[in-house]
Amino acid sequence: MNTLQKRLFGSKEGLLGTLFLALILVVVLPLTLDIFRLNLMGKYLTYAFVAVGLVLLWGNAGVLSLGQGVFFGLGGYCMAMFLKLEASDPITTKIQSTPGIPDFMDWNQITALPAFWVPFKSFPFATLAILIVPAVIAYVVGAAMFKRRVGGVYFAVITQAIALIVSLGIDGNQGLTGGRNGITDLRTLLGWDIRTTFGQYTLYFTSVALLLGVIMLSRWVLSSKMGRILNAMSEKEDRVRFSGYDVSDFKIFIFCLAAMISGIGGAMFVLQVGFISPSLVGIVPSIEMVIFAAVGGKRSLLGAVYGTLLVNTGKSLFSETFPQLWLYAMGGLFILVVVLMPNGLAGLWDDYAKPWLHGAKKRLMERPPVDVGETKSNAPLAKII
Amino acid sequence: MKTLRSTLCYSTAALCALLVSGLPNISLIASESFPTAKVNTTGLAVTDTEVTVGQLHSATGTMAISETGSIQAEQLAIEQINAMGGVLGRKIKIIVEDGASDWPTFAEKAKKLLVNDKVAAVMGCWTSASRKAVLPVFEKENGMLYYPTFYEGLEQSKNVIYTGQEATQQIIAGLDWIAKEKKAKTFYLIGSDYIWPRTSSKIARKHIENVLKGTVVGEEFYALGHTQFGSLINKIKLKKPDVIYAIVVGGSNVSFYKQLKAAGITSDKQTLLTISVTEDEVLGIGGENLTGFYSAMKYFQSLDNPNNKKFVAAFKAKYGVKSVIGDVTQAAYLGPWLWKMAVEKAGSFDIDKVAAASPDIEFKEAPEGYVKLHNNHHLWSKLRIGQWATDGQAKVLYESGLIEPDPFPKGYQ
Repeated sequence: MNTLQKRLFGSKEGLLGTLFLALILVVVLPLTLDIFRLNLMGKYLTYAFVAVGLVLLWGNAGVLSLGQGVFFGLGGYCMAMFLKLEASDPITTKIQSTPGIPDFMDWNQITALPAFWVPFKSFPFATLAILIVPAVIAYVVGAAMFKRRVGGVYFAVITQAIALIVSLGIDGNQGLTGGRNGITDLRTLLGWDIRTTFGQYTLYFTSVALLLGVIMLSRWVLSSKMGRILNAMSEKEDRVRFSGYDVSDFKIFIFCLAAMISGIGGAMFVLQVGFISPSLVGIVPSIEMVIFAAVGGKRSLLGAVYGTLLVNTGKSLFSETFPQLWLYAMGGLFILVVVLMPNGLAGLWDDYAKPWLHGAKKRLMERPPVDVGETKSNAPLAKII
Repeated sequence: MKTLRSTLCYSTAALCALLVSGLPNISLIASESFPTAKVNTTGLAVTDTEVTVGQLHSATGTMAISETGSIQAEQLAIEQINAMGGVLGRKIKIIVEDGASDWPTFAEKAKKLLVNDKVAAVMGCWTSASRKAVLPVFEKENGMLYYPTFYEGLEQSKNVIYTGQEATQQIIAGLDWIAKEKKAKTFYLIGSDYIWPRTSSKIARKHIENVLKGTVVGEEFYALGHTQFGSLINKIKLKKPDVIYAIVVGGSNVSFYKQLKAAGITSDKQTLLTISVTEDEVLGIGGENLTGFYSAMKYFQSLDNPNNKKFVAAFKAKYGVKSVIGDVTQAAYLGPWLWKMAVEKAGSFDIDKVAAASPDIEFKEAPEGYVKLHNNHHLWSKLRIGQWATDGQAKVLYESGLIEPDPFPKGYQ
C-alpha cells in the first residue's frame, strides 16, 4: 500500500500537493465561481491535459514537441464526429437536400455519409478512437523520427510542420471535416443535453476526475524504472544508449502516452465548448500549450495545471478589461515568467515557499517545550508537516 | 402647501432627469412612458436611463484589419442614436469584447456577454466561422446578434439579424449584368477555400449553366493566405474566359491582383468581376492594380445619395478623412439602427418581442438607400456594380431593384 501510494503521489509532499489541487478544483472553484466562470475553468482544464502530457514528454523525457495541438484536435474531432452524427438525425435535418447527414456535408454537395464517419455512430467506438487515433498517429510519427535518431530542435520543427499539415488538411476538406468552420452546434451526448447548467457541472467534475487520474498515472509512470531512464535520457541520451537501452522505444512510448492524454483533453473540450475547429489544431495553439507547461514549470505535473489555469484566466480577464491592449499584458506576463522564474510556478514553490515552510517547521520544532501536554500535541503535528 | 410641495418635487425630479440625460424632453417622456419593469421582463441589462449592448469583433489577430471598419461603424451608429435620445429613452452603453480572431474565444465572449452582462443585443462577428461558433450560444441563451458580413446563406435563426447579403443577393444580379453587358459566355471561377467562396461558386455555376446557358471553363480554390497564382494565370491565358469571377479573400487578394497585372491581364483585355473586394481590400491591393475591374456589392462609398453623403461625412469626421468605408462597414452601421427600430416597434427590449417585431422594419435613412427586413431576418437590398478607379473608389455603373433575400435558394443547392 505504501509503495503504491508512493508510486501514485510521489513523496508525502506530492500527496499533499495532489490533495490540495483536488481541494481547489473540487471544492473551492465550484463554490466561488458562477457556472459561466466554472465552465471556463473546465475549458482551461482540458488544455491542462496537454500541458501534463508535455511535462512527461518535454520536462521529463527532454523531447520538445510543438505539435501537441494535433493530438488535442484529433481527440476533439473524434468526439465531435460522434456528437455531430447524433445531432444530425433525419428529422432535425429534414430541410437539407440529403437529410440525416451533418449540415456542412450537405452544403458541400455530399449525398452519403463518408465511410470513415460511419463507425463514429457508435459511442464505444468513438471513445476508443479518442484514445487510439492520437496514439497511432504519435506512434507513426515517433517511430519514423526517433528510430532515425531525429531529435531536439529537428523534432520540434517537424512536429510543427505536422501541426500545419493537419490543420490545413482539415481546413481544405470541408465536405469531410467541416473545413474552417469546424464541427459546430453539438447539443447532446447519448440524448443527454450537454449545454444545461447541470450538464456543465457534470462535465466539469468529470474533467477534474480525469485530470487527477491522468496526473496519478503520469506520476506512476515517472516513478517506475522507465521514469528514471527517461530522466537519464533527457540528461545524457548517448550514455543511456551506450548502456544498452533502446532510447527510441522509450521516446516513442512517452510520445504516444502524451498524445493519448492530449486526446482526452480534446474530447472533454468539445463536450464543454460545443464545437471544434482547425484553429485548435494548428501551430499557434500547440505553442500556447507549451507556454502553459513552461509557466507551470516544465518538470512539475501539478505545476502544469496551475500554469494552464493562471495563463488562461489571465487571458480572459485581461481581454475583458482591456480589449485593445490585452495582448501586451499577456506578452509582459510571459517575459516576467521567463526572466524571474525560469522554472515556472513550480520553481517558485521549490525556491521560496518550501524553504520558508521548512524554516517554519524547524522553528516550531525547536521551540522549547513548556509542559508535557504541549510536547505531546506538538510531536504528531511536526510529523504531519 | 401640499400642491406647492408636489410641484416642487416634480419639477426637481424633471430637472434632475433633464440634467442626467442632458437631452430634450422627448427622451424624458419616452423613458417615463416605458417603465423598466414593463419593457424588460427577462432580466436584461436595462435600467431607467441605460441599456447595455455588446460588441464582439476581433480587435486583435489576423481578422482585426477587416473588422475594424465594422467596430467603428457600429460605434458611430450608437453614438448617433444616443445623441437622438437613445432607445425607448435609454442611452446605449457598449461593452466591447475581443474575439481575437479565434473561434473558441468568440464563443466564450458571446456567452460572457449574454450570461454575465445580460446585454440586450450584440453587434458582432465577421467571418462565418465565428458566427457558426457563437450561433449555438445565442440560440441557447436567447440573445440577439446583428451580423454585418455578406455570407453564404444556408442559415436562418430567430436570434440573428443578417444585415449583409446572403449569397444569391450578391451573385445572380451581378452575373446577369455582366452576361448582358459583356455578352459573356465563358467563366473562370476562382475562390479561397472555405465555405463562403465554395457556396458562392456553386450558386454562380448553377446560374451560369442553367439560366445564362454559359459554360464554366475552370473552377479553382486556394487555401486562405495562398500567394502563388502563377499556374492559375497560365491556365487563364490558355482558356481565355470571357469573365474571371473572383471570390478570393484576405491577404491572397493582394498577390492575386498584383500577379494578374504583372502577367498583363488587365481590364482592357480581360473582364473580371469579383464579389470579395470592397474599398477596404482596395486599400491593401492598391487601386492601380485593380483599375477597370468590377465588384458586385450592395454598397460603395461613392454612392450618390443624401443619406450616404451624411454617413460618409460623419464617419470621416469621427475617424479621419483618410478612412474608407466598404460594404460590410455600411452593413454594420445598419445593425444598431435596425435594433433600435425593432425595440421601439415592440415597445420592449425582450428578445422574443424584438425578434417578432423585426420583420418588415424599414430603414429609409440607410446609406445604401431603403432597406427592409424580411421574415427570414435578412435584408431586402439592391445590388450595385462598381468599376474600380486608380484612387481606390468605385464608379457605380448599375443598380438593381430591391432583391428578396433567399438564404435557402431552390435550384441552387
